Amino acid sequence: MKDYIISTGNISPQHSMDVDAFFNSRNETSNNFFNALEPDYAAFVDSKMIRRMSRIVKMGVAASTTCLRNAGVEIPAAILTATAYGCLEDSATFLRKMIEFDEQMLSPTAFIQSTHNTVGAQIALLLKCHHYNNTIVHRAFSFENALTESRLLLEEGISPVLVGAIDEITYDRHAILSRFGLYKRDSGNIAGEGAAFFLLSKQPGNNYQAVLKAVQSFYKADIVQEDISKFLTTHEMDAELPGLILHSETVYDKTKGKNYRVLKNAFPGIPEFAFKSLCGDFPTSSGFALWFASLLLKEQKAPVWMHGIKFPLKNIFIYQQDGLHHSFYLISSD
Amino acid sequence: MNVPSFVAGMGIVSAIGSDLRTNLDSLCEKRAGIGTMHWLSSARHRALPVGEVKLSNAELAAITGLSARVPRTALLSCMAAKETLINAGWEKENTLRTGFISANTVGGMDKTENFFKLFSKNTAAGKLADVVHHECGSVTELVADFLGIQHFVSTVSTACSSSANSIFTGARMIRAGMLDYALVGGADALTKFTLNGFNTLMILDKELCKPFDENRQGLNLGEGAAYLLLSSEKGLKQLHKNPVACITGYANANDAFHQTASSPEGTGSFLAMKGAMDKAGLQAKDIDYINLHGTGTQNNDIAEGTAINILFDSGFPKMSSTKAYTGHTLGASGAVEAVFSVLTIQHGIIFPNLRLETPMKEFSFRPVTELLRNQRIQNVLSNSFGFGGNCSSLIFSAA
Repeated sequence: MKDYIISTGNISPQHSMDVDAFFNSRNETSNNFFNALEPDYAAFVDSKMIRRMSRIVKMGVAASTTCLRNAGVEIPAAILTATAYGCLEDSATFLRKMIEFDEQMLSPTAFIQSTHNTVGAQIALLLKCHHYNNTIVHRAFSFENALTESRLLLEEGISPVLVGAIDEITYDRHAILSRFGLYKRDSGNIAGEGAAFFLLSKQPGNNYQAVLKAVQSFYKADIVQEDISKFLTTHEMDAELPGLILHSETVYDKTKGKNYRVLKNAFPGIPEFAFKSLCGDFPTSSGFALWFASLLLKEQKAPVWMHGIKFPLKNIFIYQQDGLHHSFYLISSD
Repeated sequence: MNVPSFVAGMGIVSAIGSDLRTNLDSLCEKRAGIGTMHWLSSARHRALPVGEVKLSNAELAAITGLSARVPRTALLSCMAAKETLINAGWEKENTLRTGFISANTVGGMDKTENFFKLFSKNTAAGKLADVVHHECGSVTELVADFLGIQHFVSTVSTACSSSANSIFTGARMIRAGMLDYALVGGADALTKFTLNGFNTLMILDKELCKPFDENRQGLNLGEGAAYLLLSSEKGLKQLHKNPVACITGYANANDAFHQTASSPEGTGSFLAMKGAMDKAGLQAKDIDYINLHGTGTQNNDIAEGTAINILFDSGFPKMSSTKAYTGHTLGASGAVEAVFSVLTIQHGIIFPNLRLETPMKEFSFRPVTELLRNQRIQNVLSNSFGFGGNCSSLIFSAA
């Protein structure tokens, strides 16, 4: 099954809104969190509305608008958003005030914007788009399940589909997840965030980015080599191996991980890249990986800070893992 | 592929009963479940009527086998999901592909509220066990793991239409041949977060709600969970089941009017109902009953009614809102009302719209106010509309 990634829009800790800047410089952090480089939102939304929006909504609106502008599409046939944590900032604001003021004198604003579908709803509202609209909120399957649904919509003739992955770092999220031990100094794991949007179509159009060939998820403790070989066979990749592996292992502990070893054995000698070193760790970070893969396939060149990839580059395999959630992606240049 | 989705089993827990049979009896006996707050501990809003499930967390844990420390939404979800699988005759040993697609709006917020009491003063305080299941998806997984479903798990969250969307996600996956069974529906427990949220919007009725009444004052919040086991034809054979209904239509549209309010002309509602009918290949005259979203707010009922007035002007089907029984169960409501819609088909009965005294002056149609038996019901339309303009309609048809 081939679906075309017509265009993308991505706000991340990298210069992902400016392709030249992204290819020429890599943004790094010395903290254990990696905030997105946010654009001037005035280029996307009316300034009065911006003030009322939380960061996750602003990022989602700007990334989706960029994606649609890049494709020259005004109204998509469907809008799907994926978020693991939802609108944390507004949820916490309302919760704090509720506790602090003992359930009195509360304003509805934060509550209204706390629901998980706020980003998808705001995109629809700004576009006046009455079409299909759904929000998937299933941890590190949120984006994968939204993609699966998008592909089924395309099969039904609903096209083009706008689909995006969005999660935000908030003060509370960082404090809580740090207490769970996620960002220990020696783990190499840093918190991340971002909004990555894609316009998908069954038709290639004049200037598509890449081809989404397959997405498959596994809900279990560990993957085995057979999972990868079956996946490759199913998608007619038994004769050739992909030219690049993008994976979610962290930079430091990758030699230790069981899943990483499976990956290494399945793809001997293939160049690999740990994509979370660019966007940080969050359950919907596979959105960033898909954006990165699409860009490399489109541009057919590597950023100056990335080495060892042979061009022409035809196929990229993405491996996303978070707890019991494992996903494989196969992205191609045509 | 174009495989139909059959309803092979159902389960429900709501303010009017903790199983399918009790819910049906309550509906037939006009026994509403909304009343004084007992399990929810709101400091300031104790006077607000709510539709609570009449079981404590400890009782729910004892019945389901889950820990009493998990979010109440997971306990409710597990209770209804287990009943659904038993009702359908599905067992863990079933080798066909089963997915669990649930819905909720605030995940483990009841526990997060506890956590935040301490955490908001000192970020090193608060028990982590209280936030470990905060995510909506985590609540779903607690139940998926308990039931032993791992082929496909997902969670939808589109406010009050969440579980209508999870239902047709499952139907679509069966249709595409990706699943043989889809356990679909949703759950939401009452929380202080949602109660206070709706209170700030000033759409909560201080008395018992009166959906579609001229003098309606708002909604009452409720809680609950409901699921359907959707099955392909192949799946039915393995269950040795005759289905009671199938899903023939579904559609999702966005009102794109306001973050919380519906457009006065009911654009989203109209598009959802029309889309579902088109998908099912049905005309207005083919719809025998509409289970209204009918929350009892000024805004919802006028918008939904306006859309119905346009779509069914050639002849209005029978209709009622069952929210006067259960309260508005938010992320569970689409599934709760999907179960009620299938019961309607199964038993040939139409449930009354309770407490409707003065019909809305804007419309010539009148929701049903008395129980109707011996009805021949072929097609039922069920509406779920939510914040963010997310509007969904489902059509169930006799199998």
